[in-house]
Amino acid sequence: MIPTVPQSNALKWSYRAYVTLFFVYLALPLSVVCLLAFNNSVFPSLPWEGFTMAWFFGTEAPFVGVFHERSIIRAIGTSAFVAMWVSALSVAVGTCNAFLFVRHDFRGKGFLYILMLLPLIIPGVILGISILVFASSVANTLEDATGLWFDGLRPGLILVILGQFSFITTFATLVISARLQKFDSSLEEAALNLGATKWGAIRQITLPFLMPAIVGAGVVAVLMSFENFNTTLMLVGSDSPLTIEMFDKLKQGSTPVLNAVSLLLIIVSALLGLMSLMFQKSKE
Amino acid sequence: MVSDKSKLGFYLLLSPLILWLVTLIILPHMGLFAVSMSEKVGVREYETGFGNYAVFFNEPLYWRTFARTAFMSILTTALTLVLGFPIAYYIAKLTRGRTKTTLFLMCLIPFWVSELVRTYGWMILLRETGVLSNFLLYIGVIDTPIEFLYNDAAILVGLVYTSILFMIVPLVTTLDSLDDSLIEAGYDLGGTGTSILREIVIPHAMPGIVSGCIVVFMLSLGNYLTPILLGGKDSLWFTGLIYTQFITRFNWELGSAFGFLLLGLSSAVVFIGLKLSRQSLSNTMGR
Repeated sequence: MIPTVPQSNALKWSYRAYVTLFFVYLALPLSVVCLLAFNNSVFPSLPWEGFTMAWFFGTEAPFVGVFHERSIIRAIGTSAFVAMWVSALSVAVGTCNAFLFVRHDFRGKGFLYILMLLPLIIPGVILGISILVFASSVANTLEDATGLWFDGLRPGLILVILGQFSFITTFATLVISARLQKFDSSLEEAALNLGATKWGAIRQITLPFLMPAIVGAGVVAVLMSFENFNTTLMLVGSDSPLTIEMFDKLKQGSTPVLNAVSLLLIIVSALLGLMSLMFQKSKE
Repeated sequence: MVSDKSKLGFYLLLSPLILWLVTLIILPHMGLFAVSMSEKVGVREYETGFGNYAVFFNEPLYWRTFARTAFMSILTTALTLVLGFPIAYYIAKLTRGRTKTTLFLMCLIPFWVSELVRTYGWMILLRETGVLSNFLLYIGVIDTPIEFLYNDAAILVGLVYTSILFMIVPLVTTLDSLDDSLIEAGYDLGGTGTSILREIVIPHAMPGIVSGCIVVFMLSLGNYLTPILLGGKDSLWFTGLIYTQFITRFNWELGSAFGFLLLGLSSAVVFIGLKLSRQSLSNTMGR
């Protein structure tokens, strides 16, 4: 079935109907979440009780809006803190990896490349518990040996950052490598001929060329870190990132505040996603 | 390729990679295996053995949950393939230019949003006081509210929703590379719609089908949120058992054994899928 081959109208229209139905299925849950964020009711469900912005700006119980709900604001701050670290770390390591895999030939390269891809096929929960177990046993050993406390290796933000970093780095490596492969290395050679140092050539020629991929990878890392749940769940301590905080609230019973947070999340992630696409587009 | 003038630069680039892989991937998994092999015999006393794995095989609740998780994940994979293929074909072959980009973006946007938000959306839609039940009441199809949530169908709807993009993207990529003239030639030679689909389109799309299936299966197997929130309290999912052992029961030895079994199943499926389709991990995942 392609445009140049004629098809019966019935078939064509039923196919289109199916595609339409599919996109309705895709859009339905998100649109419902967004719409009910403006419902003037204490339950996130129909009937429609009228339009309100109270779930964003409200100050009086039970209509306490997102911007006045302290636990949510704090969770957003925690998530942003984690995302910033994860993004910076994974982009830095990803850039090194890209240079290593694209520019160097060495024994065991194929093996290391496969190892680098492994985090993609390890379920997030397993990644979480393995890091939890390992960090705790290191902490126990160190504490027995030195008598000091090593709280950083106990469930908490440092472990969350390490856990997310452990698999997001693979994505960063892949995105940055793809761009580095397209780089015309004669440009760098020209710079060297003109008297640049090796590092100077990389800093002034190669890194600016890589910048779209680096920024794109950073944005994707922020996005993935913000919405990660499985790995974070196993490593979280007393400070909850946003997804964990929302999960706890959801288990206690939901109010439209969650819809309001979700609406903000949808807007921000759609913007970030489009941004990362723009950066990848500017490659060509 | 640049010859290694400075060995120092090479090792400087190598060290972050090694540090990352060894401390966050290799050692933790070896540690996890070691813990799964240690049985608790007394207070702070452990013995090495397969005891934790024996517990898994001797307790029907555990291995049945494992089998159920695997079965539901296979079902999810099959459903996403059947539902996603026509969509991918439509985007790849029947649309052009701006429409194509727009449709593709519309597929992508829901997946940039946190899985929690997506699952929450389904909860609002499906629960007894939810949108669907209210809507059916309103148009008079039903007389009393119906609970659509907390059953296996709800889990499947959620899992398919969460993972279908990972089926559609590889399919669109492979179908895009299929030359229209091959399909035209098929029609010229007297092929019917179904025979062309079977003889030309599906064989060409096979790499995409395999990588899509692998990813979707893996994601469903390792999913925690969707089965827990949409399936309710009585619905068992293997990641839920792992969580219980680790966080609620504080039985890390058994939890580690569970984790290793899940890891084993998911790696086995990836391995078999790659072998069957004669592809390598780098080609399937490294894109």
